Amino acid sequence: MIVASAANVLVWMVWVVAAFACLGTGIAVVSFSNPFYSALSLIGNLASLAVMYLLLSAEFVAAAQVLVYAGAVMVMFLFVIAYLGGRADAPWHGGPSWQTVGAVAAAAALFVEVVVVIGLKTGGRLSSSADIESSFGRPYEIGRLFLTDQLLTFEITSIVLLVAAVGGVILGSHSRDTPIAETEQ
Amino acid sequence: MLIRRSPLIVLLSLEIMLNGANLALIAFSRHYGQGDGQIFALAVMAVAASEVVVGLGLIVAIARRRLDLDVDKLSTLRG
Repeated sequence: MIVASAANVLVWMVWVVAAFACLGTGIAVVSFSNPFYSALSLIGNLASLAVMYLLLSAEFVAAAQVLVYAGAVMVMFLFVIAYLGGRADAPWHGGPSWQTVGAVAAAAALFVEVVVVIGLKTGGRLSSSADIESSFGRPYEIGRLFLTDQLLTFEITSIVLLVAAVGGVILGSHSRDTPIAETEQ
Repeated sequence: MLIRRSPLIVLLSLEIMLNGANLALIAFSRHYGQGDGQIFALAVMAVAASEVVVGLGLIVAIARRRLDLDVDKLSTLRG
């Protein structure tokens, strides 16, 4: 609804398809019992989000989403699911417990609260968005912001990625002195 | 996320939540015409990718030790 103006039916149709795909695949992620299907649903979720980013004139972020999230993170997930094989999902425990019912009720209450608060607080101000110049969302603008106004974000992100890479290597290395089942002689 | 007990599904649900925050960031960045929301969305994306790396490394390490992949059972820091 953000981009839909009075006469732009095509934009509205694309938005409806992308939004419902997003919601449906999101629910599918937690509903499938096979974790492989859950990961595939998440890939669909990320792709529909990328379409919505394109509708919001965020072209660089949409491309980064497909490359980084769907291309790298989800491939990692699929590798780990393939490695784990049958151990990837814990056996289903029985019917919904009080924990389950409480969780669903809390989520529904939170959702209703968010919608009501946004509706009350913004009034009619969300219907008109600012005019943007042609470089909005382009790599030039992102790069310019990263190197001038948001330099701190840039540097901190690189440090976070370095720390995560080092941590990943350490977690993945076989340690010779802890007894693991298959290395006992 | 609170119902399923496999840590893999928990990580997938975390990704959905982070993507929801990203969508809000980018939508409001477009609404106000400033690029800062997109910058922060890219930072969120980088942090989410790092967290998935560490989380999956943990899961693989736990599986290698032949423990149950069940978040209710993995509730202490022992072992």
